Amino acid sequence: MSRKPIKQKADPETTGHEWDGIQEWDNPMPRWWLWTFYATIIWGIAYTIAYPAWPLVTQATQGIFGQKNRAAVAAEIQRYEDANAPVEAKLVAADLTAIASDPELQNYTMNAGGAVFRTWCAQCHGSGAAGAVGYPNLLDNDWLWGGTIEDIHTTVSHGIRNTEDADARYSEMPRFGADELLEPEQIDQVVNHVLKISGQEADEALAAEGATVYADNCAGCHGEDGTGDRAQGAPNLTDAIWLYGGDVEALTESVSNARFGVMPAWAGRLSEAEIRAVAAWVHSRGGGE
Amino acid sequence: MIDYIKLGVLGAIAVLAAIAANYAHDLAYMVNALTVMLAAAITFIWVLRRIDEPRPAPVNEYNDGVIRAGVIATSFWGVVGFLVGVTIAFQLAFPALNFSDLTHGYLNFGKLRPLHTSAVIFAFGGNALIMSSFYIVQRTSAARLWGGNLAWFVFWGYQLVIVLAATGYILGATQSKEYAEPEWYVDIWLTVVWVAFLAVFLGTVIKRKEPHIYVANWFLLSFIVTVAMLHLVNNLSIPVSLFGSKSVQVFSGVQDAMTQWWYGHNAVGFFLTAGFLGMMYYFVPKQVERPVYSYKLSIIHFWALIFLYIWAGPHHLHYTALPDWASTLGMVFSIILWMPSWGGMINGLMTLSGAWDKLRTDPIIRMMVVSIGFYGMSTFEGPMMSIKAVNSLSHYTDWTIGHVHSGALGWNGMITFGALYFLTPRLWNRERLYSLTLVSWHFWLATIGIVLYAASMWVTGIMEGLMWREVDAQGFLVNAFADTVAAKFPMYVVRGLGGVLYLAGAVIMVYNLWATVAKQPATAGARAAVPAE
Repeated sequence: MSRKPIKQKADPETTGHEWDGIQEWDNPMPRWWLWTFYATIIWGIAYTIAYPAWPLVTQATQGIFGQKNRAAVAAEIQRYEDANAPVEAKLVAADLTAIASDPELQNYTMNAGGAVFRTWCAQCHGSGAAGAVGYPNLLDNDWLWGGTIEDIHTTVSHGIRNTEDADARYSEMPRFGADELLEPEQIDQVVNHVLKISGQEADEALAAEGATVYADNCAGCHGEDGTGDRAQGAPNLTDAIWLYGGDVEALTESVSNARFGVMPAWAGRLSEAEIRAVAAWVHSRGGGE
Repeated sequence: MIDYIKLGVLGAIAVLAAIAANYAHDLAYMVNALTVMLAAAITFIWVLRRIDEPRPAPVNEYNDGVIRAGVIATSFWGVVGFLVGVTIAFQLAFPALNFSDLTHGYLNFGKLRPLHTSAVIFAFGGNALIMSSFYIVQRTSAARLWGGNLAWFVFWGYQLVIVLAATGYILGATQSKEYAEPEWYVDIWLTVVWVAFLAVFLGTVIKRKEPHIYVANWFLLSFIVTVAMLHLVNNLSIPVSLFGSKSVQVFSGVQDAMTQWWYGHNAVGFFLTAGFLGMMYYFVPKQVERPVYSYKLSIIHFWALIFLYIWAGPHHLHYTALPDWASTLGMVFSIILWMPSWGGMINGLMTLSGAWDKLRTDPIIRMMVVSIGFYGMSTFEGPMMSIKAVNSLSHYTDWTIGHVHSGALGWNGMITFGALYFLTPRLWNRERLYSLTLVSWHFWLATIGIVLYAASMWVTGIMEGLMWREVDAQGFLVNAFADTVAAKFPMYVVRGLGGVLYLAGAVIMVYNLWATVAKQPATAGARAAVPAE
């Protein structure tokens, strides 16, 4: 099967070794290869003189260029912080409602606020701020806790229903089913009532019964007409916007076990300037009041 | 007598494994213990049935049975590994393919990813290395494998490592070290198997009938010895309980990270580079039927490669808690490593000088040449990516994934396919392969697959690196992380398609190899161990 290599005219000498029919030419190393190898070695020595490299007893050689990665990053961050310091000071001192009409603050908050949002808020509210099930859409004009820039600023600063900030917005819907505040048939009735007032198809008989259940148990927070109450974060039930879903299944779950959406407080984690910037950015998305 | 000792040991292992399974703290440990019990029990019965049978001891005949088993195992694990790879590629593009609800998360990307990497590197690559080591060392030493059936122990012991590791990953046993995920008891078992591997290899080299040791064997020996050292140090850990899979690493923090990447990079260096160079140094000159280009070059690049590689690990940890000095050394040694790596490429390609015409007629040589080409490309790309400034862009991006795959699919995969095509007719005494046309199909499918894979990962890697670092005039980040993920979608699909092509090629190869054995007429075998003149 294996055929002995036939020596050709121009062939160099072999080393004289042979294994299983394999021989080796006695060729020199290619010059370009060798010189490139030497060049990388020389470059390597030079580089380790220039930069921190060789570990010694107490510390490594620091390199004659005195370059340090951490210091370089810190300097770069500092450069931007210094450049942004005046406009940040102005932002913190300004009236929140005046931001939109000041071109400098407007420009700054759009950049900074967008960056803050994409870093800290996008995980729940989506990188485009359109929200997800359980996480409000911030692009529309339906607000649970208010959509003025002051309202948004408060929400971002203190969060919602968290335990870390005493000023967090707070409300708690009772668990009408789990805590047996309502009978299962009453829940069916009130769910049909909500379907009806939100303009969906409903069982008329159940909905009529449900109106009474609603008036006795729900109207206190969601309002007699079902349009909600921002002071308590009680959603409007008459529109087509649903945080957890508006079908029978989702509504039954909401009434039976309630919902308890939490948002962290950002004061203390973000600077006041960053909070103001992100509040202005969210306010500018289209639904701001 | 030896059979009775074997029975005693196997019986004891089966009983101890049963006890361990009974006291198991976690599911993975229990399943692994039961697997060990089953393996010991089957071997027990097998030994018992053959007890005291007289066994002829061939001395002048090569031990090829274990290599035939290795060819089958390599092909099998290759297809499994590629299939899991294609699966996880599409899971990244279409997350619904995780089927989390259906499988309760057991087949999520996070579980399958180490399964894929271990299957291709250690199951496919490892079997390829073990079987070709056994083949090459016998042929180039003109001696039968040392240690009798020890080679079979290595083979089956290694398959057990693979099965224990794979089932462990799915059931949650992992020490969370990339490419070293198996837990402590699998590590101990692998150590035993590996020492036996070293003994068989070294024993055969020592009893060789040739005056010199062939260059392929230098590379294979350095691979076996260094992998043993890497494996032992990186897996230093203390089990929480003898009856549980969980263990705690001895190192912590940045020391642990540095140890991990010292291991991780040299797994690439010694497993996927030195070991496969050993394969290249045998199979290329054999298939081309020309002498190796330069003996001098092979000496210099061998010693330079193994000396330099061991330093290069820190380039995986640029701009982290790792001190600047270690980072510098990792980068400098990576760049000096460029030419020693290319020495292997030159020696491989130039071995074809005077025989380039064979590229037209022999698709196996074509495969080997493309393999060496990808080797050269990856070993240029690697040093380039180790440069801090380049790394600040490429690190954590898909560029790294593309780099790894141009090496793994291009270099390791293609040279292994070449070796399998070379070995199968010889091991089963068939005149030739079933079909060279199918080899051509395999060649083109694999090559186009790799190009799609590498190109899409370059595009998406550089794109996401640029998107991550993009800041506006005031220093604020422009993109959310999710934006970069969304932007990668088309490239993820292209990558998945590349994987499909590569997998299809491998399936064609398996058919071709099977047909070679099943459909080709047999020839008279000549397997005597005779030294070359």
